[in-house]
Amino acid sequence: MKIAVLSGKGGTGKTTVSVNLAKAMGWSYIDCDVEEPNGFIFLKPNISKKMDVSILVPKIDEQKCIHCNKCVDICQFNALAGTNNGVLFFEKLCHGCGACTLICPVGAIEEVDRVIGKIEVGEDENISCMRGILNIGEPMATPIIKQLKKLNKEEDTIIDCSPGSSCTVVSAIEKIDYAVLVTEPTEFGLHDLKIAIQLMRQMNIPFGVIINRGDHKKDLIDRYCEGENINILGKIPFDKKVAVLYSKGKLLIDDLVYERKFKEIGQKIWEVGSCN
Amino acid sequence: MKICISSLGKEKTSMMDERFGRCQYFFIVDTKTNEQKVLVNKGLTATQGAGIAAGQQVVDEKVDVLITGYVGPNAMKVLQGSDVKIYKGKGLEVQKEIEEFEKENLDEIKNAGPAHFGMKNQ
Repeated sequence: MKIAVLSGKGGTGKTTVSVNLAKAMGWSYIDCDVEEPNGFIFLKPNISKKMDVSILVPKIDEQKCIHCNKCVDICQFNALAGTNNGVLFFEKLCHGCGACTLICPVGAIEEVDRVIGKIEVGEDENISCMRGILNIGEPMATPIIKQLKKLNKEEDTIIDCSPGSSCTVVSAIEKIDYAVLVTEPTEFGLHDLKIAIQLMRQMNIPFGVIINRGDHKKDLIDRYCEGENINILGKIPFDKKVAVLYSKGKLLIDDLVYERKFKEIGQKIWEVGSCN
Repeated sequence: MKICISSLGKEKTSMMDERFGRCQYFFIVDTKTNEQKVLVNKGLTATQGAGIAAGQQVVDEKVDVLITGYVGPNAMKVLQGSDVKIYKGKGLEVQKEIEEFEKENLDEIKNAGPAHFGMKNQ
């Protein structure tokens, strides 16, 4: 089963939930938050393989170019401009769609690799882990996320997503079986949770909610989920112990109480996820 | 000579738009024939690369002089690639900007301003 962990709002505890669930259940872990992957801080795996991720971008042969500007017109991303001094290419804007190469009437465009980031594969004591890293200054994360998902051969996997609900999240949750939405009992948490829920419903992905920094009392997230008939998978308390472990880069499941809690949540996910 | 002013409106009395890539209109005057036209900036609706799209449009119109507020790094490359001279407008009406240019009261912009400047006013 492929399980994605996402949130809408940033800083709600996606990575905390992801790494602890993966370890508690023995599921493999993929960090798809490639702009700031931080799961490995807690898992500390041995990296066994590193590979570059690149996209195909145009290389224009000025000798062959007849300056018809067809490539400029076809580009939907404004990555090309036709000037008196030839065609200018803005690599950071290129999505690597290849339209310019196809439209060029004189074959003046060749496609070449441009490295935008890398993937690291590793193993911790009992689970396999992967993470993508987008190079600093690069705007486009989705090619790395797609590559990560293609490389994953493990059956049961936790996919740690980026915050928000944009392309990076969408590409991370494509073809998953179940989603865990992590939120916090604040107005912001609820606001962004609602956006994430909309995304789940639009993509027809079954999901449940984890409330982080909650307490035993009913909060605004509980009330919202009750009204919407949404399954709450568990609550992680606002506990100093959590902060201490986290600040040392340790897993919460090093503590027996939390180990039991994450196993419970994992079991629940397994049950509801398999029903769908 | 063709002069282009980034403009907030379609009239000669409209104010200059400080933004280039995300400006509303391009007001173009041919000083030789006194012909004028107003174009909607193609960069306005671009999801990315607004300055490049706007720059391309100005270049395609065979403009010699551009009067605007700020030009970002990418737009600058496109405009300079086609030898468009860029002048810093004073934020006045389009007609007044042209007069100021003709009186040689405007400074030439040779260096790009900050990227995504036009997004601040969105």
